Amino acid sequence: MSKILEIKNLSKHFDDFTAVNNVDFSVEEGGFFSILGSSGCGKTTLLRIIAGFQQESEGDVIIRGQSMKGIPPEKRPVNIVFQNLALFPMMNVRENIAFGLKMQKLKTADMNSKINEMLDRVGLNGYEKKKVTDLSGGQRQRVAIARSLVMNPSILLLDEPLGALDRKLREHMKVELKLLQKEIGTTFIYITHDQSEALVMSDQVAVMHDGQFEQIDTPRILYKNPKTSFVAGFVGDTNRFEIESSDNDSIITKGDWKLKRSDLTMSLQGTPEVFYIRPEALILNPDNSIDGVDQFEVTIKTILFDGSNTKLSTIVNGSREELLISLPQNAQFDGIEEGHILNIGVHRDDVKCF
Amino acid sequence: MTDNKKNFNITFYLLIVPVLIWLIFMIVIPHAELLISSFQVEDDLGDMVFSFGNYIEFFTQKIYWLTFVKTAAYSIGVTLLAFIIAFPIAFYLTKVTSKKNAAFLMLLLLIPLWVGELVTVYGWMVLLGDHGVINSFLITTGIINEPLNMLYTNFSMVIGLLYMSMLFMVIPVMSTLQSMDDSLIEAACDLGASKWDIFTKIIIPYSMPGITSGAIIVFMLVIGDYLAPNLLGGKNSLWFTEQIYNNFLTTFNWNEGAAFGFLLLMLSSGIIWLALKLSGQKLDKVGS
Repeated sequence: MSKILEIKNLSKHFDDFTAVNNVDFSVEEGGFFSILGSSGCGKTTLLRIIAGFQQESEGDVIIRGQSMKGIPPEKRPVNIVFQNLALFPMMNVRENIAFGLKMQKLKTADMNSKINEMLDRVGLNGYEKKKVTDLSGGQRQRVAIARSLVMNPSILLLDEPLGALDRKLREHMKVELKLLQKEIGTTFIYITHDQSEALVMSDQVAVMHDGQFEQIDTPRILYKNPKTSFVAGFVGDTNRFEIESSDNDSIITKGDWKLKRSDLTMSLQGTPEVFYIRPEALILNPDNSIDGVDQFEVTIKTILFDGSNTKLSTIVNGSREELLISLPQNAQFDGIEEGHILNIGVHRDDVKCF
Repeated sequence: MTDNKKNFNITFYLLIVPVLIWLIFMIVIPHAELLISSFQVEDDLGDMVFSFGNYIEFFTQKIYWLTFVKTAAYSIGVTLLAFIIAFPIAFYLTKVTSKKNAAFLMLLLLIPLWVGELVTVYGWMVLLGDHGVINSFLITTGIINEPLNMLYTNFSMVIGLLYMSMLFMVIPVMSTLQSMDDSLIEAACDLGASKWDIFTKIIIPYSMPGITSGAIIVFMLVIGDYLAPNLLGGKNSLWFTEQIYNNFLTTFNWNEGAAFGFLLLMLSSGIIWLALKLSGQKLDKVGS
């Protein structure tokens, strides 16, 4: 696979503020690449630079080996799906999708076949005469995507397009978008603050923080092996413990959790400042036969029931540290009540310290 | 529940009564009176009798319907000019300049409204007259020898009409442009549209309701204006409101005047109806 997009040492400075700080990455052809970050991290600026709406201060954007310096947005082989979709309200569905093709001065017959194919693909057949203001959220979404895809771009840029949808529809559109991308094979660059969107859909996810990329990896590696403290805390639910002091044989967290060096994996190296344990990595009543599992006791404070996402809020015995533990909804743990004391295990590889 | 309903009724009537009084006494009764009197002529005995005479008079006297057609044509022309001048202003104020600047510039635009039409019309007379500011300047700088004849022409009349009506195009267009998301322009740009395409295919169609309501207001103001045609256009301006004025106050033929008034009302309503049909706009949308 060849690289379709290369970003070379890209920076963007506003007066006294750096929105994008020396970002350097490349995207494989046909991939689904997400940029994940909280609002204000510079991801929208980055996307707008790729689309050509903003000028980079330093660095270069290279698409299919060609530098995009000085090329205006209307001449770039990329199309963008805007956060608020930006459908043209005075046009119907068909006219919206046809707009870009009309600008290319395509023959009517070619245009019609392209539009019909696209309507089929996004499942909007029979809606072409409807006004876009009469459509539901999901349908408007599809019109916006169809309007960009019909231009056959090298790269489709998506700026949090699912943000305005309600939860259920968002879950549905996630899967639909992923399937659509697989089917047509266009490279998608998707920016979002919603980690679930990024993890479900992407081949590669870049986590962006303060204008810089913290880590670029597959969703699985990103989740399993975060490279920085920010990624560990940002991607997925996790328990965070700050370390107050440490010496040769024990460490103490800010919440007075005393741990023997020999207990946890962090005993291996130096003086970490913080460590993370994911709620689902914690094992309830662990079997002593499993290797590499450290054990400790907790007291259950409350049960936060949320179906398959149910968690126990607990206090680590002998400290003030709170610990969230995933509670599988099966018969084995039906008897668990508030106030119980549980034996908890955690595998050394699941403790991430920085 | 019943109490609520009763209260609601009293409030409802309290609110509706002033509206009804206004409508009936200021609009319905005078118009009905005028309509009746437009169909009356004095017979040989001095009694009022029913007749189409006033309307027949209009169609048989060439000067009347010539004035009528000129008034309509110039009103449409002034409305178009108002749009051409007002649209860039509205676009600049909403999309280009900062909010603070826009508020200040808007204030400047409003100043002519504060002083009233009569004063602004006299202002233009001072500017455009044979010994006015512009001619004096051109003669003293040696660009021309004889004063340009600007005052009491169609040119000066159109300037006066434009000046007093243009703001009523700027404001509704501004309000539609304000509601337009800039990302629409970016989206069009992203899809390969040139600046001209963006202007004609996105911005103008989007602001059509504002343009239409602005056009209706400007057109009504212009076609029914009396001061600017009379003072800036002079004796030859041939504006239809002058014919009505003459009938009421010069020849004291109120019946003829009433008939002319109704003809003007029908003319302006007819043109607006036609314009709405042609532009595909709906009155309810334009009004909102």
